[in-house]
Amino acid sequence: MIDLADIEKIALLARLELSPEKAREHAEQLPRVLKHFEQIAQVSTVGVEPLVTPTEIEAYWREDDVVQELTPDEILANAPDKIGHLFRVPPVI
Amino acid sequence: MAIIDLSIAELRKKIQQRELSATQLSEAFLNRIKELDPKLNSFITVNERVMDDARELDKRIAAGENVGPLAGLPLAIKDMLCTKGIKTTAASKMLNNFVPPYDSTVVAKLKKAGALVIGKTNLDEFAMGSSNETSFYGSVKNPWNLDCVPGGSSGGSAAAQAARLAVASIGTDTGGSIRQPASFCGIVGIKPTYGRVSRYGIVAYASSLDQAGPMTSTVADAAEMLEVISGHDIHDSTSSQKSVPTFTQSLRKDLKGMKIGLIREYETDAISADVRKTVENAIATAKSLGAEVVEVQVPLTQYAVPIYYLVAASEASSNLARYDGVRYGYRADYQNLSAVELEKFYCKNRGQGFGEEVQRRIMLGTYALSSGYYDAYYNKAGQVRRLLTQEFQSAFEKCDVILSPVSTTAAFKIGERISDPLAMYLNDIFTTSTNLAGLPGMSVPFGFSAQGMPIGIQLTATHFQEEKLFAVASALEAAANISDRRPNVI
Repeated sequence: MIDLADIEKIALLARLELSPEKAREHAEQLPRVLKHFEQIAQVSTVGVEPLVTPTEIEAYWREDDVVQELTPDEILANAPDKIGHLFRVPPVI
Repeated sequence: MAIIDLSIAELRKKIQQRELSATQLSEAFLNRIKELDPKLNSFITVNERVMDDARELDKRIAAGENVGPLAGLPLAIKDMLCTKGIKTTAASKMLNNFVPPYDSTVVAKLKKAGALVIGKTNLDEFAMGSSNETSFYGSVKNPWNLDCVPGGSSGGSAAAQAARLAVASIGTDTGGSIRQPASFCGIVGIKPTYGRVSRYGIVAYASSLDQAGPMTSTVADAAEMLEVISGHDIHDSTSSQKSVPTFTQSLRKDLKGMKIGLIREYETDAISADVRKTVENAIATAKSLGAEVVEVQVPLTQYAVPIYYLVAASEASSNLARYDGVRYGYRADYQNLSAVELEKFYCKNRGQGFGEEVQRRIMLGTYALSSGYYDAYYNKAGQVRRLLTQEFQSAFEKCDVILSPVSTTAAFKIGERISDPLAMYLNDIFTTSTNLAGLPGMSVPFGFSAQGMPIGIQLTATHFQEEKLFAVASALEAAANISDRRPNVI
């Protein structure tokens, strides 16, 4: 069973801050959704390789050329905070 | 004939022969958006600069330049695809101010073909939803009935297209997000084979499932659009190097020699009477057009929704890890703090920046990938996914195209299913298998519910056989003879 402590652990792994009210909602909803999904356990999959990419990926070659597609200014244009060509964050401990 | 009733081919001819200018066309559609979109909320951003682009194009046409097959056509692009210099939000507070410094490959190809971006359409946040109710920018309304959802997640593109606010639209489809809103809004939508269209520059949700595709007024327009956006891209290693067929040459009026498959396991009491009747009519029509109808079996489709949500949520939890509030995207207010713990910094940015459904799926995916549960959930889902794909391969040995419902019902009322996540997930029982197996799928309008809401038919083919979808869809579209019906809002 998934309890509130489990939800808090998952939220930390997912780097999500949850209000106590939201945490309780997840503790109620997540087990219900998982219970429905657990029906896949009924399918026998002994020795079956999981499918990750649904169509075949064809290898191709290209020249190993360096291409500058974006400038530092363009890359930094969406930064929430910056100093010069650096991303700025609050002091972290 | 009014401009909004003209096909891409007809508009191209008028523009080439200078009966119509790109400027006139963009102005006409901008005016429609201004007049009608306040009722629909289908656009997040309208690109006012489209008039400058149109004038530029008219100059090139006047100079006798070859401007491309979509020259001067204003298109609506789902706000999941990056557009250089035009805000791209994924309908999330997280990307509320994000202006991409580059174009997604789909948009770059459309522009190269001469098309113009008239605006960016609304969607469920990060494409996670089937009703367009999870958008940070508010719900989209269905043009056929403003109390109903347009479907999702490409609900803005579907509503805009149904209301003829653009010549054609682009959506993305991870578990049905092009086909289900196309059905709910009475337009054509195609999710191409996985790898047919480059994913470069499309906000990533579930990378092994996502594909972009056209959402259009007619099957012929979808063929025109798919020809332009398909093909290999060095920026996406999963994009296919297969040659791109001339899809417009696949259109036909009869179905002689075509085998249509019906999936026995799709027979369920959950299908509404209206949808059942529409599917039965489509089967009868296909037979009368010369198709042979056969039954096929894909028993594992009963697990499609669980496999889909485990795979999609797992991939989403990994893909959305990039939103940390450092390089771009939402950052919480730290003005009054002298210092913050690094983990708390991330948790706060993400906790405030992501909406409820996105957080729900990140939680589910994180759990399914976590130590001790990986084998039972993510790995197991991948194994059943392979078996499901093999069942589809066997089914396509017996038929060319599978015909099925898109959804169990026509568009439902806004607010009706949003409070129950599991009920919302079960909307996707007929559409998710297609993405899991990487197959091409299409929704084509074929009927109406008793309440006058559109209902589409889903067609599915095997890998890289979109031509068969266009063949069957064009024949059914011609026979259905409902393309003159327009939503009340227009």
